[in-house]
Amino acid sequence: MSKVTAAPLIHLRGITKSYGLGQALTYALHGIDLDIAKGDFVSIMGPSGSGKSTCMNILGCLDTATSGQYFFSNLEVSRMDRKQLASLRRYYLGFVFQGFNLLNRTSALENVELPLMYRGTPARQRRQLARHALRIVGLDGREAHTPGELSGGQQQRVAIARAIVTSPAVLFADEPTGNLDTARSHEIMELLVGLNQEKNITIVMVTHEPEMAAYTNRIIRFVDGSVAEDADGKNEHTPN
Amino acid sequence: MFFNTVLLALRDIRRNVMRSVLTILGIIIGVAAVITLVTIGNGSTAQIANQIASMGTNVIMVSPGQHRGPGSDDTAPSFTLQDVEAIRKEISPLSGVAPTCSASATAVVGNRNWSSSITGSSNDFFSVRNWIIESGRIFEPIEQLAGRAVCIIGSTVQENLFLKEDPIGRKIRLGKVSCQVVGLLKEKGQSSMGRDQDDLIIMPLLTVQRRFTGNRDVAMIQLAVADGGSTEQVTKDLTELLRKRRHLAESEEDNFSIRDTKELAAMLTGTTKTMTSLLGAVAAVSLLVGGIGIMNIMLVSVTERTREIGIRLAIGAFEHEVLLQFLTESVVLSSLGGMIGILIALASSFWITKSMRIPFIIDLQIICIAFIFSAAVGVIFGYFPALKAARLDPIDALRHE
Repeated sequence: MSKVTAAPLIHLRGITKSYGLGQALTYALHGIDLDIAKGDFVSIMGPSGSGKSTCMNILGCLDTATSGQYFFSNLEVSRMDRKQLASLRRYYLGFVFQGFNLLNRTSALENVELPLMYRGTPARQRRQLARHALRIVGLDGREAHTPGELSGGQQQRVAIARAIVTSPAVLFADEPTGNLDTARSHEIMELLVGLNQEKNITIVMVTHEPEMAAYTNRIIRFVDGSVAEDADGKNEHTPN
Repeated sequence: MFFNTVLLALRDIRRNVMRSVLTILGIIIGVAAVITLVTIGNGSTAQIANQIASMGTNVIMVSPGQHRGPGSDDTAPSFTLQDVEAIRKEISPLSGVAPTCSASATAVVGNRNWSSSITGSSNDFFSVRNWIIESGRIFEPIEQLAGRAVCIIGSTVQENLFLKEDPIGRKIRLGKVSCQVVGLLKEKGQSSMGRDQDDLIIMPLLTVQRRFTGNRDVAMIQLAVADGGSTEQVTKDLTELLRKRRHLAESEEDNFSIRDTKELAAMLTGTTKTMTSLLGAVAAVSLLVGGIGIMNIMLVSVTERTREIGIRLAIGAFEHEVLLQFLTESVVLSSLGGMIGILIALASSFWITKSMRIPFIIDLQIICIAFIFSAAVGVIFGYFPALKAARLDPIDALRHE
């Protein structure tokens, strides 16, 4: 069930992304229009090369669009400079990647503390928040372990803890279960659903697994750089 | 924020112990090699300057023939005491004129013996060559005129023949001559050529001529120019006088040679300066190799670092914070390496100069150059890949392979 409010949190109009120049010019996105409401849990699906990841990287301010307008709350992201984009990531966004992207040789606790260090959170509070986030993802007792000493599922939990430790407005997850087995994948999805419902964190997740998308409230399908289908997940998803 | 960044940099150094150690190692080796080698070179140069001073300043040596050493010109006549008298009378300002001739013999005392060189000369020899009488006395006029068998010995001869006993008044047998020790010279140490200057026995000129060389020749005349006198002027006057006394025509070349210690000093310091530059060049190569080592380590880790920078940017680091962190890391590592290198260089060059018995002279300039060069290499190769990475879109940095 979508908790759609009047003003959408994310508002895309005519977003395009192209690579190369001249004859080699190729479009990854052909004018995307998309609204995502606060508190929603959206999954983006589509075949490889359909532009789903590109779109999410633009949403997450990791990449910039070639043209079009992107509003986050009432801020026009498409006109922001690098520093403003970094601020947006720092204060409002959280990321979970398919490849985990944790710092090697760095303890789980320090990895989770990192976003707080950039926010300038005092050491004591930083430690408390990081421990709390690790507890939420069920990793208490593993604070001192480095990524090399953790399993894939545990590493992804650390990555989730790192993404939520700042209580972001939106959590972006790029195939968070892509490198995990089925049992771990369902655990991670349940964790995300819990965060969405209990902490009211808006979640945008890219996935190509229908079982994982089934956990979400809304499924957006990408084909060849355009939105092909936009449906409510749990209730109205029809297999085709 | 600055404190945080420094903290992040220090954490990063601690986490990447291997990389940090290898980086530091390159800098340490580069800095230590350059400083040590240049310090040794400078010490040697200073040592030679000291020794030339100890030989006596403004000393002019006149010897017959144009060539010295093997294949010397035997046809040139030796000097005589008349030549010495003429010099004494006609050349000024001189503070001393010492005719010398030399021989060598094995000196025997009891069951100890020692091969040494014997120099026959006058009392002027001591002032011209800067020798100080440590104990005993110089020669009496009667001893010189009568050619008595008395000698003044250097400290090496004393140590080898008398150990710690007082040599004054004791007898030394030199070949067939029994000779009484009347004086002991103060120690001078090694010469620039590595020759022991204290290994000598001085006897009156006449004694050596009669008992050892068997002729009246004066092999060399050593003279000291008085303070304020010009070595060049004295050399010129001397050449004129000797040419006249040796009846040389205008067209003939000198059949004697005049050398002064200034010339010798210039030659020797020139040699050691060349040596120092050579050592410096070798050291520069090791600095370069150290630099390439640092560069390699930094470049090898650039992929990992680019991804790390991508992660940091993705979770909200500003570009300048990431750069400040990597800059801090490079500066901390490089200056730590540089300081360790300097300490090692100081310790090792102190030890080496001590064992080589040369002065320990610290050259601040070379320390600065070595330090700045290594630090610059460390900073440049630590910082610039990071600069490149931090300017990427976070997603490109994250995808970097």
